[in-house]
Amino acid sequence: MSETPLQQTPLHALHLRLGARLVPFAGYEMPVQYPTGLMAEHKQCRESAALFDVSHMGQVKLLGPDAAAALESLVPVDVIDLAGGKQRYAFFTNVSGGLLDDLMIARPLSGGTPFGDLFLVVNAGCKEADIRHLQTHIGHRCRVVPMPERALLALQGPKAVDALARLNAGVAALTFMTTGVFELLGAPCFVSRSGYTGEDGFEISVPAEKAEALAEALLAQPEVKPAGLGARDTLRLEAGMCLYGHDINETTSPVEAGLTWAIQKVRRPGGARAGGYPGAHAVEKHLAGGAPSKRVGLIGLERIPVREGTPIVDSHGRKLGTVTSGTLAPTVNQPIAMAYLPLDHALPHHEVFAEVRGKRVPMRVSPMPFNPHNYRR
Amino acid sequence: MTTMYTPDHEWINIEDHEAAVVGITHHAQDALGDVVFVELPEVGRTYKKGEVAGVVESVKAAADLYMPVTGEVVEVNGALKDDPSLANSDPLGNGWFFKVHITKMEEFDQLMDPPAYDALLKTL
Repeated sequence: MSETPLQQTPLHALHLRLGARLVPFAGYEMPVQYPTGLMAEHKQCRESAALFDVSHMGQVKLLGPDAAAALESLVPVDVIDLAGGKQRYAFFTNVSGGLLDDLMIARPLSGGTPFGDLFLVVNAGCKEADIRHLQTHIGHRCRVVPMPERALLALQGPKAVDALARLNAGVAALTFMTTGVFELLGAPCFVSRSGYTGEDGFEISVPAEKAEALAEALLAQPEVKPAGLGARDTLRLEAGMCLYGHDINETTSPVEAGLTWAIQKVRRPGGARAGGYPGAHAVEKHLAGGAPSKRVGLIGLERIPVREGTPIVDSHGRKLGTVTSGTLAPTVNQPIAMAYLPLDHALPHHEVFAEVRGKRVPMRVSPMPFNPHNYRR
Repeated sequence: MTTMYTPDHEWINIEDHEAAVVGITHHAQDALGDVVFVELPEVGRTYKKGEVAGVVESVKAAADLYMPVTGEVVEVNGALKDDPSLANSDPLGNGWFFKVHITKMEEFDQLMDPPAYDALLKTL
């Protein structure tokens, strides 16, 4: 372990006041849960609205007329045609076609706003490497500007819109994966209608010095309670979403990871801007059917949690893969997991076994999401 | 003393002379969070002090359950198996884990008494 002191987000004092249990995460001291506990926070998000501090994540803007074309040289995603006000999921690939990080790309409506021509949100644990990667490879084509002066809040849940609209009615007009700049408590905020829970909701980029006031204003709404990273993890797992460093990493291709949907036609073989990103050759081979394995969802047929690192075997005990994320899912109320399995086992309803403490626990390959998405389209 | 504690945050109570009762402390259940699964020891089997006798899991984490003393397990808490959240709501009562016939009473006497356990909690 490194001796570097943990960083704190602008909401640190608020977390302490709320009685959060703080843990080290990606170099930050972050709330894993509040006194109500993970299960209650998870349910709060599914039934009403939950507020998460995700200020540890990296916010970066790209400035310049060539920014979109430049970014396309690092991601297998259509950035050029991304319309103003829209947001899109993407990932940085390496020369082997593995994943360096996954990210969100937004094109703010009026280019050149304080949020740049493109506004990116990257994972906390990868942000320094991502910024270096951007600077090294496309720094000569556009300005790469990290935004550590801003905090990031996620307000998630079916009633998130009711709570946020009381601060600015304009946000209610956003639909899933659209964005806008809205004044919240007098501060210009970049708001997207998206998140990492499978629920309707918003992510709000707010100036650090206004973050605490905004969080308190949101927590004062009757629909909203705070939730920590523990609930965020169980929510995203039920929603079938990947956690970087666990379900995807530099050795998994987007095709193996089941993220082919995020590679638009225009960037695939035969498309007008096919290839042109690191590892395109390897990714295209996988697109043509050459991927050896695939990320699948698994549901436990016995009520035993199956966690990350658990071996998955066939009925003869031959090892097929390893669980990359897993828990006893609070809403689904069953053990759920993700794992990479060879293609001939990665079939819906196929039965495999998790080896838990020497015991063979049956699991079934299941479509994802485990819990239906509830987006405002 | 009729209740003693282990450094692994388990309690063991000998008020009932038939068998000692074992569970996890308030601190343990609080640190784990919402308990969703328990694996209990085998009834009729003798475990050594310190041996893993079960598992207690929350949504977030799994922790081993250790035998606080050498002895034969004579009963496990079926209600806890059906409703693991009893470990959170009533860890010192209905959320007990198992009962054991203690082989070596001196092992019980060597555990932490309530003041010693309170002192341990203050250092955490």
